[in-house]
Amino acid sequence: MATAVQQPSDEPMILLEKVNKWYGDFHVLTDIDLSVKRGERIVICGPSGSGKSTMIRCINRLEEHQAGRIVVDGVELTNDVRKVEAVRRDVGMVFQHFNLFPHLTVLQNLTLAPIWVRKTPKAEAEATAMKYLERVRIPEQAHKYPGQLSGGQQQRVAIARALCINPKVMLFDEPTSALDPEMVAEVLDVMIKLADESNVTMICVTHEMGFARSVADRVIFMDRGQIVEQNTPEEFFSHPQNERTKLFLSQILAH
Amino acid sequence: MAAHPAQTGATAGRPIPKASRAVFWNDPRVRGIFYQILAVALIGGAVWWLASNTIENLNSRNIATGFHFLGREAGFDIGENLIDYSPADSYFKALLVGVLNTLRVAVIGIILATIIGTIIGIARLSKNWLVAKLASIYVEVVRNIPLILQLFFWYSLITEFLPGPRDALHPMAGVFLSNRGLKFPLPAHEFAYDLAMVLFALGLIAAVALGHWAKKRQDATGRHFPTAWVNLGLIVGLPIAGWLLAGAPLTFNAPVLQGFNFVGGASLSPEFSALLLGLVIYTAGFIAEIVRSGIQAVGKGQTEASLALGLSKGQTLRLIVMPQALRVIVPPMTSQYLNITKNSSLAVAIGFPDIVSVANTTLNQTGQAIEGIAIIMAVFLTISLSIATFMNWYNKHIALVER
Amino acid sequence: MSDTAIPTAMPKPIAGPVIWLRANLFANPLNAIMTVLVVWFLVMSLPALLDWLLLDAVFQADSVRECRAAGSGACWAFIGEKHRLILFGLYPYEEQWRPLLVVLLLIAMAGVSCLRRFWTKWLAPMWIATLVVVGILMWGGVLGLSYVENARWGGLPLTMILAFVAIAVAFPLGVLLALGRRSNLPAIRAICTIYIELVRGVPAVSLLFMASVMLPLLLPEGMNIDKLLRAQIALIVYASAYLAEVVRGGLQSLSKGQYEAADALGLTYWQKQRLIILPQALRITIPPLVNTLITVFKDTSLVVIIGLYDLMNAAKASFVDPAWRGSSIEAYVFVSLIYFAFCFFMSKYSQSIEKRLAQSQNR
Ligand SMILES: Nc1ncnc2c1ncn2[C@@H]1O[C@H](COP(=O)(O)OP(=O)(O)OP(=O)(O)O)[C@@H](O)[C@H]1O
Ligand SMILES: [Mg+2]
Repeated sequence: MATAVQQPSDEPMILLEKVNKWYGDFHVLTDIDLSVKRGERIVICGPSGSGKSTMIRCINRLEEHQAGRIVVDGVELTNDVRKVEAVRRDVGMVFQHFNLFPHLTVLQNLTLAPIWVRKTPKAEAEATAMKYLERVRIPEQAHKYPGQLSGGQQQRVAIARALCINPKVMLFDEPTSALDPEMVAEVLDVMIKLADESNVTMICVTHEMGFARSVADRVIFMDRGQIVEQNTPEEFFSHPQNERTKLFLSQILAH
Repeated sequence: MAAHPAQTGATAGRPIPKASRAVFWNDPRVRGIFYQILAVALIGGAVWWLASNTIENLNSRNIATGFHFLGREAGFDIGENLIDYSPADSYFKALLVGVLNTLRVAVIGIILATIIGTIIGIARLSKNWLVAKLASIYVEVVRNIPLILQLFFWYSLITEFLPGPRDALHPMAGVFLSNRGLKFPLPAHEFAYDLAMVLFALGLIAAVALGHWAKKRQDATGRHFPTAWVNLGLIVGLPIAGWLLAGAPLTFNAPVLQGFNFVGGASLSPEFSALLLGLVIYTAGFIAEIVRSGIQAVGKGQTEASLALGLSKGQTLRLIVMPQALRVIVPPMTSQYLNITKNSSLAVAIGFPDIVSVANTTLNQTGQAIEGIAIIMAVFLTISLSIATFMNWYNKHIALVER
Repeated sequence: MSDTAIPTAMPKPIAGPVIWLRANLFANPLNAIMTVLVVWFLVMSLPALLDWLLLDAVFQADSVRECRAAGSGACWAFIGEKHRLILFGLYPYEEQWRPLLVVLLLIAMAGVSCLRRFWTKWLAPMWIATLVVVGILMWGGVLGLSYVENARWGGLPLTMILAFVAIAVAFPLGVLLALGRRSNLPAIRAICTIYIELVRGVPAVSLLFMASVMLPLLLPEGMNIDKLLRAQIALIVYASAYLAEVVRGGLQSLSKGQYEAADALGLTYWQKQRLIILPQALRITIPPLVNTLITVFKDTSLVVIIGLYDLMNAAKASFVDPAWRGSSIEAYVFVSLIYFAFCFFMSKYSQSIEKRLAQSQNR
C-alpha cells in the first residue's frame, strides 16, 4: 500500500485509515481501513445497524469521523470547508429515499448543482441534464415534479442528478431498498449500464447479490462497525471465511 | 363489474323493502331544506327581536341612529397624530387619526416581530447550546404570559421607573430616554438629506433591475454576480455618497430640554413605545415557533442531498430549505400578522389613541354605541381582509413556483 | 497507556465536559463568538436580576417608602401584604377559604381531565357537577354559607371561572359550528361561516366592548344582565369561533374513506358524527385545542378593560393604596408567575400529547 502513493495514477481514489466514529457512547465505526482504486466497483453488505451507511457518509463528510484519516482523490477531509466542498464536487451520492427536491422540477433538480456549483450556463446545464435523463431512460419526465413520479423513476432521476456533476466517485446507499419489487430491476439496470459505460469509481451499499456478482470487483462485509471480510464476488459468495459472514449469507440467500 | 349481475339477481328475487312507502320527510333533501328554513327562521327571529328591542331602547333614551354625528365637532384632543388634528375637527377626522395610529403600530410591529421572531426561531435550532437554550426560554416565557399584562409591565417600567426629563438617560448624543418616552434627533430638512432619500429610492429600483440582469447573465454565461454586496452598495452606499457629495452636513433637529420637557427632535411616546415593545416581544415568540417548525418540517435528507451535490451551506439554505419552509410558514404567519393588528387594540388599556380608544371616547361622548362598535368592527374586518388577501396571494405565488 | 490503547479499544472522545463544551459551544469561530456574546449578556444581566429578585429585595416593610429605604431590590413585603387582595379580589376576607377551595377544585379537575384514564363518558357529568359546586361555594346562600354577590368576586377564582365556563360552553358550540361550516346545506354553512369569520376578524377587546355597551341596548327594557355575565358571554362567543376552527382542522384531516365507510354502514348524520368522525377528529386536535385553551385563559385578562376584578385587574388594584403606590412591577411579576405556571403546564401537556400522537401515527 505504501508504494501506491508514489505515482499519482496509482494513488487510491479513496483511502480510509484507522477511521473511528462514535455516536455518544456507541462505537459505530472501529478501525476502518479501506483503499479503493480508481474505477474500482465495491459492494458493501452487512446486517442492519452495522455502520455501512455511516461509513460511506463519512466519505463525503455528511458524517464527521473522530479519529483516523479519510483521503478522497488526494484531498484529506478535515474541518476545512473548502476541502469538504472540493471533495463533494467530485463525489455523487444516491440515497435510499431519493431525497429529490420536491419544489423543483426534475430538470431543475438536475441543473441545480451544475448552475450553482460548476457555474455552467443554464442552456448547457439543461442539455447535459437531458443527456443523463436519456441515459436513465426518462427524458419525457423532465418538466414534472418529483411527487408526480413513481419510486423507480424518482431513483433514476436521483442517479441522473448525481451524474450531472460529473463525479469521479458515486456512492449508493441502498438505492433499491425503498422500492417496490417491480421497480428494483429498472434501477439496477441503470446502475449496471453506468458501470459498463463509464469508469467512475462506485461504492454501493446493497443486498442485491445478483448486482454484486455482475458488477463488483470486490465485496466487503461489515458487522458491528468493522470490516470483517472482503473478497472478489466469486470467492465471497462461494467460500466465505468468517462465521458471521456465513451466517449473514445464509440469512439473505434463504429468501 | 363481474359481481354485479349476480348481485342484482339476488336482490331482484326479493321485493324491494318499503322503498315505495318512503314518506317525504324521510327524504334527506327535504330534511335538509327543512333544517335550513328552521335555522334561517330562528336566526331571523332572533335578529328581529334584538333589533326591535334596540329601536325601542333608543327611542326611550332619545338617541338618534345613523352616522350624522361623524360630521360634528369632536371636542377632545388626541395625544399622537400622524395628520394635523385639533379638538375642533370632526369625529370623522378623530377616527381617521385613530385608524392611522392603529396602522402605524401594526405595520411597524409586523416588520419588527418578523425580524426578531425569525432570528429567535433560527437561534432555537442553533448548534450552540447556550443560544438555543436562551431562545427557548424566551419563547416559553413570552408566550405564557398574557399580552395585556406584558403591556402594563412595560408601560409601568417606562413611566414609573425611568427618570424624569431633567435626569433623562442619555445613552448617546441627542438621544434621551425618560418617563416621557424616547426622544431622538432627526436630520434637519436640507438638500443633502433629500438627495440621500432620492438616491435611496433610486438604489432600490436599481437593485431590483440588477437582480433581473444578474439572473439573465447567469443563465447565459453561468457566471455569478455578487448581487448581495452590490445591492448593499446601491441601497446603503449610494445615499451616503450623495450625502457626502452634498457637503456632509451634520445639522440635526435635536431634542433640547426646556423647562420640564423636551422640545424639538422626534419622539416616541411612552404609550406607543410600551405598545410596540409589548406587541413585538409577544408576537416574536409565536413567530419564532412558526419559523422553527417550518425549517424543521424540511427533512434532513433535503439538506444532505444538497450538501452532497456540493452546494454550500448558504446555498442550501437559500435554494433548498427556505423555499420549502416558506410553504409551511406563510399560513400561520398570516394569522400572526392578523393577531398583531387585532392585539394593537389593547392600546386602549394604556391610553394610546388607536381606533378602539378613539371610537370608545366617541361613543361615550355621543352615546352612539352601535355605530361606534360598527366602525371598530368595519375597520378591523377591512384590515384583516386586506392582510389575508395579500398573504393568500403570496402563498399562491410561492406555491405556484413549485407545482 | 496511551501507546497501548490505540489499536483496538480507543477511548471514546465524545465524553467529558471539555469535549461537550467544544461540540456545543465552540464548534466553530462563529459559534464561539455567539457563546462569548451570550455569556457576556448573562454576566451583565443575571447578577442584576438576582440582586433585584432576592439579594437586595425587601421582605418586611409597612409601605413602599420603607421598602425603598431598606433595599434597592424588589419589595416583596408588598406581596406579603396584598396577596389576598390579588388572589381573591374583594371577596369577604373571612370567607376567602371558599374561593380557595374553588381554585383547588378546578385545578384538581383540570389535572384529572389530563389523564387518559379518566377520558370516559363520566368526564362531562363530573365537570357539570364541579361547576355546580363552584357556583354554590362562590355564591353561597345555601348550606349555611353566607351569600356573596358576584360583583365581589375577583382574583384567581374569577379568572379561572371565566376561562373554564367559557370553554365548557364554547366547546360544544364550537363543534356544532365546525360541523355546520362543513355541512352541505348552503344556508347552514353560510350562517356558521359568517359567524366564525366575523368573530375571528375583530379584536377580542371589541367583543368585550360590544357586550358591555351593546347588550343593554339589544335586550328588552328591564332585562338586565350584570357585568360578569356580559363578559362571560363575550368570552364564549370569542372562544367558540376559535374552537370551531380548530375542530374543523381536525375534521378536514380525516380521510374521505372514513366518511364513506360511515355512510356505507348506514349510519345517520348524527350517529356518523358522534361514533366515527368526532372521536377521531377530536383526538388529533387535542394539541391545538389545548393551545386554544391557553389563549382563552390568557385572554380572560382582557376583562380588565371593562372593569372586572380578575387576577389582572386585582393586581392593578393592589397598588392603588397610597402606602404601596409604586410597587406595580412587583405586582405584575407576581401575577405573571401565576399565569405562567398555568399556561406553561398546559403547553407542556399539549406537547407531550403531540409527541404521543406523532409516535402512534408513524407511517
Ligand atoms: N445520528 C445518530 N445518532 C446515534 N446513533 C446513530 C445515528 N445514526 C446512526 N446511528 C446508529 O449507528 C449504527 C449504524 O448505523 P448505520 O445507519 O450506519 O447502519 P447501516 O449499516 O446502514 O444499517 P441499515 O442497513 O439499517 O441501513 C446504528 O446502530 C444506528 O442506530
Ligand atoms: Mg443504512
